[in-house]
Amino acid sequence: MSAVATNHTRHETARGRMTRIAMDGAAVPIMAAFGLAAFWLFPEDLGLMTRIAATALFVLSLDLVLGFGGIATLGQAAMFGTGAYAAGIAAVHWVSDPIALLAIGGVAGGLIALVTGALILHARGLTLLMLTIAVVQIVQEVVNKARDWTGGSDGLSGIDPAPVLGMFRFDMFGRTSYLFALAVLLVGYMVARRIVKSPFGLACRGVKEDQLRIAALGGSPKRYLVALYAIAGVFAGVAGALTAVTSGIVGLDSVSFSWSAEALVMLVLGGTGRLYGAIIGTVAFMTIHHILAATDPFHWMLFIGLFLMAIVLFAPGGITSAFERLFNRVKGGRA
Amino acid sequence: METVFGIAVDGVAYGMILFIISVGLSVTLGLMRVVNLAHGAFAMVAGYVASYAAQGLGLPYVAALVVAVLLTVVATLPMEKLLYRRIYGSANELSQVLLTIGLTFVIVACINYLFGPTLKRIPLPDALLGTVSIGPKSIPAHRAFVIGMGAATILGLWWLLERTDFGIKLRAAVDDPNMAAALGIRTERLYMATFALGTGLAALGGVLGAELLPLEPYYAIRYIVLFLAVVAVGGAGSIFGSAAAALALGIVDTAGKYLIPNFGEFFFYAALILILFRWPHGFFHGRAA
Repeated sequence: MSAVATNHTRHETARGRMTRIAMDGAAVPIMAAFGLAAFWLFPEDLGLMTRIAATALFVLSLDLVLGFGGIATLGQAAMFGTGAYAAGIAAVHWVSDPIALLAIGGVAGGLIALVTGALILHARGLTLLMLTIAVVQIVQEVVNKARDWTGGSDGLSGIDPAPVLGMFRFDMFGRTSYLFALAVLLVGYMVARRIVKSPFGLACRGVKEDQLRIAALGGSPKRYLVALYAIAGVFAGVAGALTAVTSGIVGLDSVSFSWSAEALVMLVLGGTGRLYGAIIGTVAFMTIHHILAATDPFHWMLFIGLFLMAIVLFAPGGITSAFERLFNRVKGGRA
Repeated sequence: METVFGIAVDGVAYGMILFIISVGLSVTLGLMRVVNLAHGAFAMVAGYVASYAAQGLGLPYVAALVVAVLLTVVATLPMEKLLYRRIYGSANELSQVLLTIGLTFVIVACINYLFGPTLKRIPLPDALLGTVSIGPKSIPAHRAFVIGMGAATILGLWWLLERTDFGIKLRAAVDDPNMAAALGIRTERLYMATFALGTGLAALGGVLGAELLPLEPYYAIRYIVLFLAVVAVGGAGSIFGSAAAALALGIVDTAGKYLIPNFGEFFFYAALILILFRWPHGFFHGRAA
């Protein structure tokens, strides 16, 4: 595996590689340090920070699909919502162990991604975009109709998970929730990094770069994409279950077109094709959203709209790529 | 029988509105290969302008319609030069989605700031309030007017694309932009004119359809999926494809709402998935104009 990895990185410039490796190796300790620092610094905002951690995992799943597989989707929330509802229904009726609930959410998200992915991933461009939207709308409609199980438009409530590992109870200040979400995010990040660096991850990148060549080399592009879509579905499902477990409720908006679009905006804000871009984008988006939307949701729309246009026109690659360029320029100036 | 007739009239009228708005999107997508998610926002802007012109300034309906379409086209033309020209081409799909979603958000926020979050109406003239009788049946005059305008749009576009100089150049540029440019067709001007045509159609549909797709600030986000669905099913750049897709989806959606009201949009999206699964490039891809 390492031979393949070195072979891949050899094509990058030495300087770019240095930056990337430094950022990659340091990402997990830095995230843990920032996460814990935030835990001490903002004890009032633990609820928001828990949501940020769970959403970051969701955006990470979108990054796997879009950044590493090149699948433009506006339906990632189908997997998120399925995972959230599966975990929520299981919690109300049968199971209460939070880690088992995450597993249930992951399996549900992965299954729905596998089935729908096999159905729709033969398409490209606008058609694929429409199909992903159609999938998320149908899932939402089914959830809305199955009132007895999901609570319909009232949402699903009454999720009361047992203590984590039998030791840490979910307290009313949300301390356990936050630390649990942070831990799940860090584990998810490490797993995602492992996947991206595996031969399978490289093959997916190959499909993104040039489908025809992968086919000519004897690979099956669609099979790689479906597998990647299903794996990302597991991540999205776990993220949904994490939201359900930590917040105690699941609403219809967790499986909506607009939630998918918001995740896409967060990802692009941070920069696609880099795992830490997903994290940075989510933190930036949700923090600004929290500050601006408190006054008037339309201020928020104006701001995010202008910001999106500015990113496309002036900084294609998002925040992280702009910083990387700056970083490289500073380093280059010294050398 | 009454129900079937009602579904047919409402479905066709609804489909015509979908067609008028979506065909503008289809033409720009076919020529410039740009997924313009702000298309619905343009239709909404026109609706608001018409509403203000009719209610605030007291202009008659037709004058308000013309003013709204012209103003929208004039207001969006600079955007073509400043924003859209940078993202033409199918390689920039993600940039197109993001830039035009951003633009939509900005327009939604501005509309809300200027007109407030409440529903706005465009008062209809007396001539459109009654009913029109066709043989033994009678249908609401507004529906008949919408269906007539839709049919006129289909014929007008067909004439424009098949019978005029502009249409020939346009079709040449759709087939091969580089070759068309090499032959001396000014593609930049052509793009600008096509963009204006697209927004003009969006504006027309936005004003005519205000009764069926109510005007409120989230209009731009709520209905864009519908318009994109029509284009995806009809195949980008095909007039008759868009018309057939819009009518079919309009009738399916209306029938679903009449007959099985609790299942909302389920049938619409189920039909969409089935059609796109079988014909990924649209039902009419490569068949007609």
